[in-house]
Amino acid sequence: MKEMLTNSVFFGVFISVGSYILADILKNKFKTPLLNPLLISTAVTIAVLALGGMDYESYQTGGKYLNYFLTPATVCLAIPLYEQFEKLKKNAAAIMIGIISGMLTSFCSILVMALIMKFSHEEYVTFLPKSITTAIGVGVSEEIGGYVGVTAAVIVITGILGNIIAEGIFKLFHINEPVARGVALGTSSHILGTVKALELGETEGAISSLSVVTAGLMTVIFAPIFANFM
Amino acid sequence: MKYLKQFGIILAISFIGELLNAVLPLPIPAGIYGIVLLFILLETKVIKLEAVRETGNLLIDIMPVMLVPPAVELMDYWGIVKPQVLKYVIATVVSTIVVMIVSGLVTEGIIRLRKKAKSE
Repeated sequence: MKEMLTNSVFFGVFISVGSYILADILKNKFKTPLLNPLLISTAVTIAVLALGGMDYESYQTGGKYLNYFLTPATVCLAIPLYEQFEKLKKNAAAIMIGIISGMLTSFCSILVMALIMKFSHEEYVTFLPKSITTAIGVGVSEEIGGYVGVTAAVIVITGILGNIIAEGIFKLFHINEPVARGVALGTSSHILGTVKALELGETEGAISSLSVVTAGLMTVIFAPIFANFM
Repeated sequence: MKYLKQFGIILAISFIGELLNAVLPLPIPAGIYGIVLLFILLETKVIKLEAVRETGNLLIDIMPVMLVPPAVELMDYWGIVKPQVLKYVIATVVSTIVVMIVSGLVTEGIIRLRKKAKSE
């Protein structure tokens, strides 16, 4: 039986998709951010794999097909961006300044914490690209001499965290403009934040996509500079 | 055929993104090149929105689940992260919260200022 599950192309993906949908239904019923579908789906999948004594590699026999569609799906984020372009142009200055301030805050907060907690130079640069999308972040981390695997892990945790805390933060700090919410999600927690932004609304989703692209590209330029600061 | 044609266009753009990623010496993934490319093609009307809309929205709708496998991969990194887990978690949590608050408030503030200036 275990062998059949380990070799199954559909089992792992079914667990991921099924628990995602279930968590989404529960979240709509109980209205609590703790029932975050992404978090639940990840946790349930890891738990099932661990209980069944399966490793990530066997999960990926099916999971890689989900991954396959990630690039085409990312490309499609251009669609909401195009549909919302008028709103975007109207707020261009606010959006750009928002993204830049967020990116600089990310670098500075990491520098300060690296100093306080006595990170090594390698650990410090590992964290610099933590707010941007995995594929760019991993490349940047490699270029500036970080631990690539740790960067990948930190990026995913950042995204899940941003996805969970966003609604609470927006309420607490009275961030009510859809444009501002989109910038906050995309700049702080990349594609995983954008998933939450799309849930909140079309404008939020489009601006978040734009923020992911912009913050990602700017990090390519600025992370190597910040890497010299410690 | 409608969905297939749309998927064909999206795949073509993904492929061009992949090519750019391979040719240009920058750590920019295919998807990011693809967003920029598709946006330019839509904005210049080379591709009409109707030519990609349904399949595009379908892919965006199921995208959240595509992000689960990379998150599950965390189980492979646990061994490397475990000895330092406390300081890594603190750094991650604090920085994510601060970035979200600052970028959100700055954008919100500028929009409010502009609205106020307009209404006066």
